[in-house]
Amino acid sequence: MNLDWTDEELAFRDEVRAFLDAHLTDEIREAGRLMTSVYGEHERSLAWQKILHAKGWAAPAWPTEYGGAGWSVAQRYIYARERVAAGAPPVSPMGIQMCGPAIIGHGTAEQKAYFLPRMLSGEHFWCQGYSEPGAGSDLAALQMRADDDGDDLVVSGQKIWNTHADVANWGFFLVRTARLARPQLGITFLLIDMTSPGVSVRPIISPSGEHIQNEIFLDAVRVPQANVVGAINDGWTVAKYLLEFERGGTAYAPELQARLDAIEAAAREVPGDEGGTLANDSSFAQRLARARIRVAAFETYEFRAMSAEGSPGMSASVMKIMGTELQQHMTELGLIVAGRYGIAYQPQAACPGGAVSFPHNASEYAGPRFAAIAPLRYLNERAGTIYAGSNEIQRNILAKGLGL
Amino acid sequence: MSLGGETAPDPVDLMVVMEELGEALVLEPYLETVVTGAALLRASGGPTADALLDGIVAGDVRLALGWAEPGTRYEWAPQETRAERKGEEWVLSGRKSVVIAAPWATHLIVSARTEGGVSLFLVAPDAPGVTLFAYPTIDGRRAADVEFADVRLDADALLGAEGAALPLLERVGDATIAAMGAEAVGIMRRLLQDTIAYTQSRQQFGQPISNFQVLQHRMVDMFMQVEMATSAVYLATLKLDAPAAERARAASVAKVTVAEACRFVGQNAVQLHGGMGMTDELAIGHYFKRATVIEGELGTVDHHVERFARLQPEAAE
Repeated sequence: MNLDWTDEELAFRDEVRAFLDAHLTDEIREAGRLMTSVYGEHERSLAWQKILHAKGWAAPAWPTEYGGAGWSVAQRYIYARERVAAGAPPVSPMGIQMCGPAIIGHGTAEQKAYFLPRMLSGEHFWCQGYSEPGAGSDLAALQMRADDDGDDLVVSGQKIWNTHADVANWGFFLVRTARLARPQLGITFLLIDMTSPGVSVRPIISPSGEHIQNEIFLDAVRVPQANVVGAINDGWTVAKYLLEFERGGTAYAPELQARLDAIEAAAREVPGDEGGTLANDSSFAQRLARARIRVAAFETYEFRAMSAEGSPGMSASVMKIMGTELQQHMTELGLIVAGRYGIAYQPQAACPGGAVSFPHNASEYAGPRFAAIAPLRYLNERAGTIYAGSNEIQRNILAKGLGL
Repeated sequence: MSLGGETAPDPVDLMVVMEELGEALVLEPYLETVVTGAALLRASGGPTADALLDGIVAGDVRLALGWAEPGTRYEWAPQETRAERKGEEWVLSGRKSVVIAAPWATHLIVSARTEGGVSLFLVAPDAPGVTLFAYPTIDGRRAADVEFADVRLDADALLGAEGAALPLLERVGDATIAAMGAEAVGIMRRLLQDTIAYTQSRQQFGQPISNFQVLQHRMVDMFMQVEMATSAVYLATLKLDAPAAERARAASVAKVTVAEACRFVGQNAVQLHGGMGMTDELAIGHYFKRATVIEGELGTVDHHVERFARLQPEAAE
């Protein structure tokens, strides 16, 4: 294992840096720097995706034959580090990071030819339809039914926790096509046009007042059989493939490092209790050092995990648990830096990932900008240990992996 | 009923009231008015203070204390807010940050540097030269940053003796920590109750998720944190009349224990509710936000650990 970049990788880093420098507008940078959750503001994230797409960089992990960048693990890591350092927003993960690999891995030639280019260009904006009110951690208990009716499947039921479904025009769904011996059997992976008759989307407001999540109701929606990915009744195989991708596909450390830097910079701008700035207070300096130590070890773990061959396996769950818990820890440090201003509700100082429905002031805000964002991030990132397989479920997976 | 003199509320009575207010998630500025504000007025004495105490009981007076500033963190001493005596009047200038309940207040109590040290002044929020920049807080209350530009105050706006406010603020701050801790205990009891009820009704894998031992242990840990917080609040409340260092150490015990419990109980209440914990639709999200505000108010865990370490216990007589 080598922790130093090669000359080629350093040249790649310089190329990425120059590209970001030339193409990131102030407006897009703002959307990345002032995020209140892991979700970028829809319009500006999409605008950034289009800029990346023009360069052929919208999908770092896809093979070049499908329009991806075809980067190595090291290149993807370098890109992620440069991207967050430059303040670019993330590209929505539901299409390119989640549905895309499922289509590449299990889709037909026609599906690849139709969906992948539109996913890259942003013409299709995707949402995920997995969880249901009665099927969260126990995903295999899902009930949304799809009945065979000639060339179509007819789909009815309810999904929940559908990020950005209100702005999505396509969704990838898990639906029940048969009741077989095991609940994992009889599930089908289906692509649904969200503009179809019978689709309705209802907002869910988070404790931070943001509308990012939704419920989706399908009422006898007709979906062509041609939109099934993989085999009928074998969607669990596709879903597991995608879940592993969701859990282990992206490194957390680049963003954690950037957030540590932002926390330290903000701590240099606010008063401490010992006469200097907060960054000089001994108790805060210790906390920051401990966080940097944890991230340094975790970053090296991610290097190890990503350079291993084959399926992500155990490391996907380790990365999901450690990554989200460290993300949450960053928000706790953020609240300390925000100090008394950390109780103010001022989303107008931020770029939330969705519309804000709680009353707040129009544009001016009190205190440092960092402090206005800190409580929103703290509240929103509680979701990290719940979504994509709760951290309790991840620990169950690891326990099985240990033979327990 | 009166809030002054012999009939002033007993700290234990206030503790019981605050716990109930916490459990019901009452948003009204009771803590700011009846606990902090009234205690400052009572200690200051004089006809103005007495009249305001009667006004609180009548429901006509609501108070907010402006103490912290953009240039200070959790220390009580003001930095930039000053008051100068000009003949019979005082002239007040400076800024206060995150004055909780200020947009609702009929009267502001403001700390300022004066020739003799730190003093407290009573200021009308609509007096000429006073500007409020108001905003909501994450727990559904309101606060404001307040600017004072050569605000002219009558002689009787000075509360108590000039230059004597710092020890008073320390003492009333500790009383506020005790009462706010009791509120937090009420909040955490509700968070725990709701979490137990939710996990007993939520079915996954063919059974209530409360059957899973990992969740049972989590809720037991939440319960123990509530018990430690309750105990620390008793300690702080019963030591409010003790010598200053002993009182302050007990208040820091309460603040640290309550803040850590608020975080653990609040975060795990959300976690065990799963996605439902991340909606605005259930009560727990609202209790969690109030608990989060209480964590940092009047000093973070780090601030109170430092204070506890700095204050030596007095030698036994």
